[in-house]
Parts: sequence; C-alpha cells; structure tokens
Amino acid sequence: MNFLKGDLIGKFKKGLAKTREILFTDLDELIFGQKEIDEKSFEELEEALIRADIGPSFTEGILKQLKDKKQTGPLSELIKIRMKEILSPRECPLIIPDHIVPFVVMVVGVNGTGKTTTIGKLAYGFKEQGLSVLLVAADTFRAAAIEQLIEWGNRAKAPVIRQKANADPAAVVFDGLNSALASHTRVVLIDTAGRLHTKVNLMEELKKIKRVISKVVPGAPHEVLLVMDATTGQNGLAQAKMFHEAIGVTGIALTKLDGTAKGGILVRIAYELSIPIRFIGVGEDIDDLKPFSAEDFVEALFTKPGES
Amino acid sequence: MFETLTEKLDNIFKKLRGRGRLDEEQVNEALREIRMALLEADVNFKVVKDFIEDVRKKAVGQEILDSIAPGQQVVKIVYDRLVELMGGTTSFIRFGNRIPAPIMLVGLQGSGKTTTAIKLALHLAKQQKRVAVTSVDVYRPAAREQLIQLGRSSGVYVVEVEGGQDPVGMSERAVFEARRRGYEVLILDTAGRLHIDNDMMEELKRIKDAIHPAEILFVADAMTGQEAVNVAARFDELLAIDGVIMTKLDGDARGGAALSLRAVIDKPIKFVGVGEKTDALEVFHPERMASRILGMGDIVSLVEKAQAHVDEKKARELEQKIRKQEFTLEDYREQLLQIRKMGSLRELLGMIPGFGRIKAMGNLDLDERELVKITAIIDSMTRKERLNYHIIDGERRRRIAKGSGTTVQDVNRVLRSYEELRKMMKKLSTKEGKKALKRHKFPF
Ligand SMILES: Nc1nc2c(ncn2[C@@H]2O[C@H](COP(=O)(O)OP(=O)(O)O)[C@@H](O)[C@H]2O)c(=O)[nH]1
Ligand SMILES: [Mg+2]
Repeated sequence: MNFLKGDLIGKFKKGLAKTREILFTDLDELIFGQKEIDEKSFEELEEALIRADIGPSFTEGILKQLKDKKQTGPLSELIKIRMKEILSPRECPLIIPDHIVPFVVMVVGVNGTGKTTTIGKLAYGFKEQGLSVLLVAADTFRAAAIEQLIEWGNRAKAPVIRQKANADPAAVVFDGLNSALASHTRVVLIDTAGRLHTKVNLMEELKKIKRVISKVVPGAPHEVLLVMDATTGQNGLAQAKMFHEAIGVTGIALTKLDGTAKGGILVRIAYELSIPIRFIGVGEDIDDLKPFSAEDFVEALFTKPGES
Repeated sequence: MFETLTEKLDNIFKKLRGRGRLDEEQVNEALREIRMALLEADVNFKVVKDFIEDVRKKAVGQEILDSIAPGQQVVKIVYDRLVELMGGTTSFIRFGNRIPAPIMLVGLQGSGKTTTAIKLALHLAKQQKRVAVTSVDVYRPAAREQLIQLGRSSGVYVVEVEGGQDPVGMSERAVFEARRRGYEVLILDTAGRLHIDNDMMEELKRIKDAIHPAEILFVADAMTGQEAVNVAARFDELLAIDGVIMTKLDGDARGGAALSLRAVIDKPIKFVGVGEKTDALEVFHPERMASRILGMGDIVSLVEKAQAHVDEKKARELEQKIRKQEFTLEDYREQLLQIRKMGSLRELLGMIPGFGRIKAMGNLDLDERELVKITAIIDSMTRKERLNYHIIDGERRRRIAKGSGTTVQDVNRVLRSYEELRKMMKKLSTKEGKKALKRHKFPF
C-alpha cells in the first residue's frame, strides 16, 4: 500500500495545535509529567483515558492490569506500551494481491460516518498505485448519494456504476460486478447506504448485498470495510460488534481524526474484536486517508493539546 | 448479563434492607456505580464529576438517611437531578418579527443537518407556517442536490440560489428570494465543519451577521463521545446558538451528550431525530432522556405511544396478558397490526426498563413487507395452533407455509420471534419486572 504515510503525525499535530486555545486543561499537563505510579497519577490517567473515549470500564480494567503488574516507571510510558500491545496486532494494511481480480471492497457503516468520502479517497489511492478502480453506487436510499459518489468518481477518475434512486442495491451491485468482470477492473469499491446497527431489516439488506457479491464473484467481498467516526463515544463498540456479527467485518477505517476527538473507542474495539484496522481519515480532501499505525495512533492519543 | 443501574444499586443496598438505614459509605459505593453508568453513556467526564458531587450532597443528607428504600431513593435523586438539568426545555422556536424568519442549522460533518432541515420544515409547516429551505453547503459533493431531492420528495420548497461558491452571499439571496415568494420561515442548511477550523467557523459568523437568523440550532449526533462539549462550546462561543437538535436517537446510543451539552452551554434541546423518515422528529423529553442515560428504558414514552395510537382498552388487555403470560399468536397478530400504526415493536420494547439492550430484540424489528408476511402466516394457522404454538410441528409448518405462500423457514422465523417475545414478556411478568414497571409509571 503506498498511501503516502507522509506527514501523518504532522497532520494530527496541526489539528491538535489548533485546539490549544479551545481545550487546554491543566489536567492534560499533569498526565505528561513523568511520575511514578501512585494513586494520584492513576486518577489523572483515568481522566485522560476516559476523555479520549476509551470508556470507563475498559479504562478501569487497563489501569487495574497495570497496577497488578506493579511495574514502575513513567506512567504515561507504561500505558502507551499497553495500548500499543493492544493495537499493534490490528495494524494490517489493506493489500490488493495480484491474483485476485477484481478485488471487491464493500463499505458499510452508520449514517454520516464518511463512507462515501472514504471511497473517494480509496479510489484515488488505488489509482495512484496504478490499479484500475470501479465504484458502485449501492446507496440508492439517501437523497443524492449517487450524485455524491459520481463527483468523487470524477475527482479520482474512476467510473461509477449506478442505477436510478431507490433501485434495489443488490441489483446495482450485480450490474457493477459484472461490468468489473467484463473490463477486468482490479478494484471494485461498493458504497452502501448508512444504517444504524440496530435496524435489523437494514442489516438483513446488507447480508443480501453480500450474498449477491459472492454469487457474482466467488470469494468476494474480499474486504468488508466498516467506516467509523472518531467522534463516536461508547456506542462505537456496539456498532463494530453488530456489523461484525451481521456480515463479518474484515477492516475498519476511522474517519474525522482531524477533529479534536481521539477515537479512543478504537482501543476497546481492538481489545474485544480481532478486526484489522486499515485506515484513518484526517480531512475532507482526496488524499486525506492514511494507513493506520498503532504507534502514531497511540502517540496522538497522548499528545497534549497544543504540543507540536 | 446486562444489569440495569437500578439492579446494581439494589444490590448495593440489599444488605441494609432489613435495617432500613443508609450510611455514607454505601452512598459512595452507589455513586461510583452511577458515575460509571453516566460515563458509559458518554456524559462528559467533567460534567459527571460535578454531577456526582452535587448528588452526593443531596444523598448524604437527612432525607436519605431516614429512608426505607435507599436504593430507589438514590436513583430517584439522580433521576430527578438529571431531569432538572436537562429540563426547562422548550421546543418553541422564536421566529422574531422579520419575514422570513431565518433559522440556521450548524454542526459537525455527518451530524444530520440536511435531513433535519427537511424534518424541521415539515414540523413547522404543521403549525401553519409557510416554510422554505435552502442549502449553502458548497463544499460537500452533491450536498445541495441532496436537499433539493429531499424537498421534492417531501413537498418542501427549496430555494435554489444561482451562481456561486460564496455561502454568505447565497444566504442573503436565499432570504431575499424566500421573502419574494411569501415564505415566513427559511431554514438554512450549512456545510458540516470542524469547530477548530477557524476559516470555516468564521464563515458561519459572517452568514449570521449577514442574515441575522431568528434562531441558530446546533445539530448534534446522539452517538457523540466526550468531545461533544468542546465542539458545542466552540460553536456557541462564536455564534451564540439558541438550541440543540439531537439526531440518531433511534439507535441504541445512551445519548449522554445531551446532558453534557446542556451542562456546558446551557441551551435547550429542542428536538430529537428518531429515524430517517421525514416525520421522525420529536419534541425533547428530559424524563425520557434521563431514563435512557441511566439505561432504565422509557416506560413513559411507551405508555404515551400506546395511548396515542392504540385503543386504550386493548392496551390494558395486552398489559394483563403480558403480566399473566397469556400472550398468544393471535395477540401477536393483533399487535403487529397495531405496530404498523405505531412504529416498531423493537422501539416499543426498547422503552421497557431493562429491555433496552437485549439483543434478541433485534429480530423483532420488522419492515412493512415482513409484517404482511407474518400476518399471512399467522392467518394460515388454525385457531388451536394460534392459542398453543407448541403443537405446531414440522407437518403443520409445511402446511402453514403453503397456505400463506411463504417458506417453512419463514414460518420458523415467525415462531422464533414470537417465542423470543414471549420470553421477554415472561421476564416482564416476574416480580422484578413488575416492580420495574410500577416504579417507572409513577416515577419510583
Ligand atoms: N473532517 C473530516 N470530515 C470527514 C472525513 N471523512 C468524511 N468527512 C465528512 O463527513 C461528512 C459525511 O461524509 P459522507 O462520506 O457523506 O458519509 P456517509 O454518509 O457515511 O457516506 C461529509 O461532510 C464529509 O466531508 C474526515 O476524515 N475528516
Ligand atoms: Mg454515503
């Protein structure tokens, strides 16, 4: 994968720098002081973790583990190491093997997380790698979702297979894949309508789409990419679990990390579900998609606002 | 197994049931549980901290020390305080005296502004207002097209301003155009933006200064985590927003952001979005939100909803049946017919304390077509089968499938979901369930 890793940290830090005036707190300061483990610093650490959306019970669990191990050393270092232990196994870039043609990616998630935008960015990234890309507009539900994808198709110079609004998404997928097969397209990116994971009929619809995909292209989809919003709190875990249960998620993309939310729920997800984390979204431009790096993610999680 | 907060607290206080007295240590233990519940519901860390201190003061007071049912008393204090904090709200929109009254929707990317613009327009149209909408989102691809299409399909007039990439000028022209066409209200859908994007935030300020909105409403996603407060505070600081609309509350997010926002910016939550359909906008109820945040279900809404759509006598009969565990397939069919008027069964059951998060309920969320199918299947049963589903064996299932033009799998599915429903109802009819029901009907 050659999504340029580039200035990932830089991007993060730029975002964080901007927050200096807005959310500077003295507590953040304390956490980064180097301290031996004691009750007080545990409390500070707890606050930092909870405020990063890692979740109270999970935070409690992690701190307890640390306490039980009776390790000494700078607390912030210990916790970073623990976080990296949890996240590193999930750091698996999405690789398109030469022998799978077309490589079919089905993109799913709740409403407004950034699925369509991520597809635009992915299309651009794969094209940059010299792969041919086809987009499939299977979000036939949301108004103008098709037009939105077409615009991304224009930007990434990738063709878009579409039908009219409110068409059966499975039928659009059927068309799209056949067209990809005929043209020997390397990568197919399927956009689906946003849906809350609690709506069973809509989750059934996803299953149906997935079945159609595997009928037309045996072995596909090769990737079921769940797009999640970094601003999401504890509900993110339910999202990941229920999408995973319904259709078997094989990768996660976490968007909107250019905001001030740290996306800590991802740690909890990584701990509880073994789903690879593929990408992070750091903006609305076409090149604002980066491969996930556990190292960078944890550093950003612990970067004091304003530090750059 | 999922434990509700009330159950947890009851456990803490169980030991002292006999004595009927409550000491500070137990209050502390209870407050720890409450703190966890609030944080798990995404209430902001600092807000929780203040809140717990506040409750501690009240709880360790006399009132509670003399009480007989301390567990419930503590929950009541917490609940009342939550309601109080989120309350005093109103869904009243000030239109001012300019025509049209511009209402500006602002918020982060993907929070649901566009859908909300249409929902709000339809809501205000019901109050006999002539309402138009317009989009000044020149950034997100096809954003304007989305509003235009939504307007077309829902019968809301969309002001389309020609020429331009300048949201400020577009806003002014949209107001002008709406006035010319005799609209009383113009809802402006703005592009989603990050609160730390100074240029984009500045743009909102300029729109505000140009058109002087009657109201600026901040649209927030109910799933938002700890950052909700910083985001809202920034929008408020710059724009002095008038209120909040919370979206996506039809999911299972506990929605602690509602409390956080209220605590930090002290602006009312005026409406909540509860679905993708254009009529899925409701007035905000602090009591419901409080129960939801505490994970205690929402019996108030259940009762209200049932009253609004169901014949009251039938509702009472059903309640009796649930209590006595006599819920037959015939009742199930009857219920399904009611549901079509009422919204989903899942949503309904979700309002019952303790059921909010039971997963099996998933299978009860049905779409229209499903409903027709299920009704057909139940219709194809004999009365004997409907009253006692245990006798429906393979042979009978095949017959029913044939009779209803469905498959045996379909029949199995219907029976399964019926069984699940019964199981849940059984739980409801236990002592605990009854207690929960009673507690929530007359708050505690
Ligand atoms: N700041 C920021 N915004 C994003 C990012 N990804 C998507 N968005 C925005 O989020 C909103 C919803 O995105 P969209 O792709 O339409 O979401 P979908 O409904 O899941 O397809 C749009 O305004 C996007 O521009 C990101 O990484 N950072
Ligand atoms: Mg989309």
